[in-house]
Amino acid sequence: MTPRWILPALTALAFVAQSISAHAATIQITMENLAVLPPEASAKIGDTVEWINKDIVAHTATARNGDWDVMLPPNKTGTLVLKKAGTVDYYCRFHPNMKAVLKIEP
Amino acid sequence: MMFVRLSAAIAAVSLLSSAALAQGAKPTDPQIAHIAYTAGVIDIKAAKQALNKTRSKEVKAFAQDMVRDHEAVNKQALDLVKKLKVKPEDNDTSRTLSKNAADKLAELGKLKGAAFDKAYIDNEVAYHKAVDNALETQLIPSASNPELKNLLQTGLKIFQGHEQHAEQVAANLK
Ligand SMILES: [Cu+2]
Repeated sequence: MTPRWILPALTALAFVAQSISAHAATIQITMENLAVLPPEASAKIGDTVEWINKDIVAHTATARNGDWDVMLPPNKTGTLVLKKAGTVDYYCRFHPNMKAVLKIEP
Repeated sequence: MMFVRLSAAIAAVSLLSSAALAQGAKPTDPQIAHIAYTAGVIDIKAAKQALNKTRSKEVKAFAQDMVRDHEAVNKQALDLVKKLKVKPEDNDTSRTLSKNAADKLAELGKLKGAAFDKAYIDNEVAYHKAVDNALETQLIPSASNPELKNLLQTGLKIFQGHEQHAEQVAANLK
């Protein structure tokens, strides 16, 4: 038997989650044929970056300053919630010829 | 040191091109498919040898990347030739590549520790350079099927990535 309070509590939680995500944007960046598109993207703290790997090989999105390292298996998507402002150069550890920039505003 | 590596790379490049040139006319699609597939198999074998021998974390990670990527590309190549009903055809370039690779494997097999790591990575730089050069100047321009050409072009970008990655590992080994 489910306690009576559980449903309103879940509804409230869902509402809170929704209002948070309404402020934060999701920025999509595609990796295809070893190219990063767009090679320069802008975002704000709290936004989510979604890298979509369309290649048959794995890539990474690795910040040169060491802030983050996101693994991107073949034909999969990897996400990152931005926590720090700054202009971050990033590359793929497996294919260092893949380079891009992410501008994170406060 | 730099000169030794450079000359090794040049030797590898000229071996590749002279073998291909020996055939006279440009390679056919079935031959190109065979050469590209063979080039991948060679690098997978070299990586497997390295995985057995190395104690360096970085060299090990590099070798694992090579196995994973070249297997993925070769699987794609096999799927494509099946779809196109092309039968890969053995040829002088493939044979020369395999022969050179077998010699290199035996040579590296005698080395140990840091000497092995250095020789393996230096050869990876030279080998990827040679394959990239062959893809760019011969295989891609000669390929007539657009899907095969496309796969070779993607392969070239992946292998150029490996070349840069190998150069980084080589710099770190010093
Ligand atoms: Cu990559």
